[in-house]
Amino acid sequence: MSQVAQQLFNALQWGSFYALIALGYSMVYSILMLFNFAHGDVFMVATYIGYFVATLLLGLALSGSLPLSGVAVFVLTLLLTMFLASFIGIAVERVAYRPLRDAPRASAAITGLMVGIFLETLVLYLLGASRRNFPTLIEVNTFELGPVQVTNLKVLTIVLAVVLMVLLHLFIRKTKVGMAMRAMSYDYAVIPLMGVPLDLIIAFTFALGSALAGAAGVLFGMAYPVLDPYMGVLIGWKAFVAAILGGRGSILGAVAGGFLLGFIEILVAAVLTSTMRDLVAYSIVLLILTFRPYGLFGEEHSVRLRL
Amino acid sequence: MAAERTPQLVVENLEVYYGAIKALHGISFHVYPGEIVTIIGANGAGKTSTLRAISRLVKVGPETRMTFEGHDLLAYPPHKVVSELGISHVPEGRRLFGNLTVWENLQLATFARKDPPEVIQRDFDMVFDLFPRLAERRNQRAGTMSGGEQQMLAVARALITARRMMLLDEPSMGLAPKLMQEMFEALKEINKEGTTILLVEQNANMALRFAQRGYVLETGNLVLEGPSQDLLANPRVKEAYLGG
Repeated sequence: MSQVAQQLFNALQWGSFYALIALGYSMVYSILMLFNFAHGDVFMVATYIGYFVATLLLGLALSGSLPLSGVAVFVLTLLLTMFLASFIGIAVERVAYRPLRDAPRASAAITGLMVGIFLETLVLYLLGASRRNFPTLIEVNTFELGPVQVTNLKVLTIVLAVVLMVLLHLFIRKTKVGMAMRAMSYDYAVIPLMGVPLDLIIAFTFALGSALAGAAGVLFGMAYPVLDPYMGVLIGWKAFVAAILGGRGSILGAVAGGFLLGFIEILVAAVLTSTMRDLVAYSIVLLILTFRPYGLFGEEHSVRLRL
Repeated sequence: MAAERTPQLVVENLEVYYGAIKALHGISFHVYPGEIVTIIGANGAGKTSTLRAISRLVKVGPETRMTFEGHDLLAYPPHKVVSELGISHVPEGRRLFGNLTVWENLQLATFARKDPPEVIQRDFDMVFDLFPRLAERRNQRAGTMSGGEQQMLAVARALITARRMMLLDEPSMGLAPKLMQEMFEALKEINKEGTTILLVEQNANMALRFAQRGYVLETGNLVLEGPSQDLLANPRVKEAYLGG
């Protein structure tokens, strides 16, 4: 019983990473019907940004130039990384996707793959092949929570992920930009007739998704501190699977898909061996999609209306 | 010369292409401030393309000139035609955001407006006055309303976005005669408050009774124009558009 509870807790941590990244895929898909295949590598770049920001702030704090506590360094790192990461998303949209907005979707998707390779190679070129170690921002403590052994870092990851998701939900529900994003997912072509600048909403959506990837990057870097230029590939694909599993373009689906994927992976690894984890886990995903081709919360999308 | 009014909207030599197909062959027309003008024509004559061109949603030919209140329309992107020039557009088929509520649809229409909240609130009161049904259904999803209610919301939404001029694309489509009557009465009211109306319609009878002036569009060319009474009495219009 405690074994199961322990695994469930671990699954929540991985679910948080997947969900935060999956949201970026889903938001872009819902407004543009575009799978942004560069998003996994945006996560990778964001983690590197987090690494540099954290290293810089920690250096300043330790040298006494800035009177920052450990927690303050973490909070600043998180916020600054989210802010800077959003510009990676904006740049990818501006440079790669905007010129192709009226091109066939396949061209745009392939462009995303190329941007991903570009980012990986760019980081490799600029920083070299040696792996970087994400600095320790928070001393990891283990404590007992009932039958479960938890670390403060995992709790922090889960809580922060949930807080960010609630904030995102409120943003999409309550603000005019959020309304515009929802409206756009329904009927893209009429948006300008509302006086709403299309480019602004699209840029904002990419920024939001990338900022969430930035948060995931900092949390991931703190938990698994070894960074390399290809670290975004597998986790990016898995988050993409989570987005599809939850339902293309569905925000709730991305969250549900992320956590479900986390659970499936961890439970398979716990019951069987960890080498069989992805083999069995993704067979289960395939099976789910066989019976629910549009994912858990997805609806059969109507054909994009043109004005 | 001094007595001559200046048109609010001037369209000269409007050409629209869809690939190799020419939808409009260089039409010219104008609309005076405060007028109700209609462009009637059969399906495929180019009515919708005309409105889409004014809203800058389609590319126009190199010879085309369009001005609104002296501003070169071609210098404005679509969202600024709405937010800066004040031209709203009720598109063909309403095109509401069916996943948003009535209130959210109207709220989104204020996106680019810089007016203080009380001015916007007054506009909301005005459209709810004009269409009391919308006030009752403000928290309902737009997609779940009846056709008539959706048409009301489409007009209300356009009115909230901008009100110097309203472009209306077949507002009578799919409405029962009684609702159609109500709709046109509401539009008259809107016009009285100072909004110029450019209406394109297949329902020529209704449109010409509603408008002061009209143009007849046939396969991308304007073939007739004049005061509505003259067009209603014109044998060619009678034969082709009014059922003899």
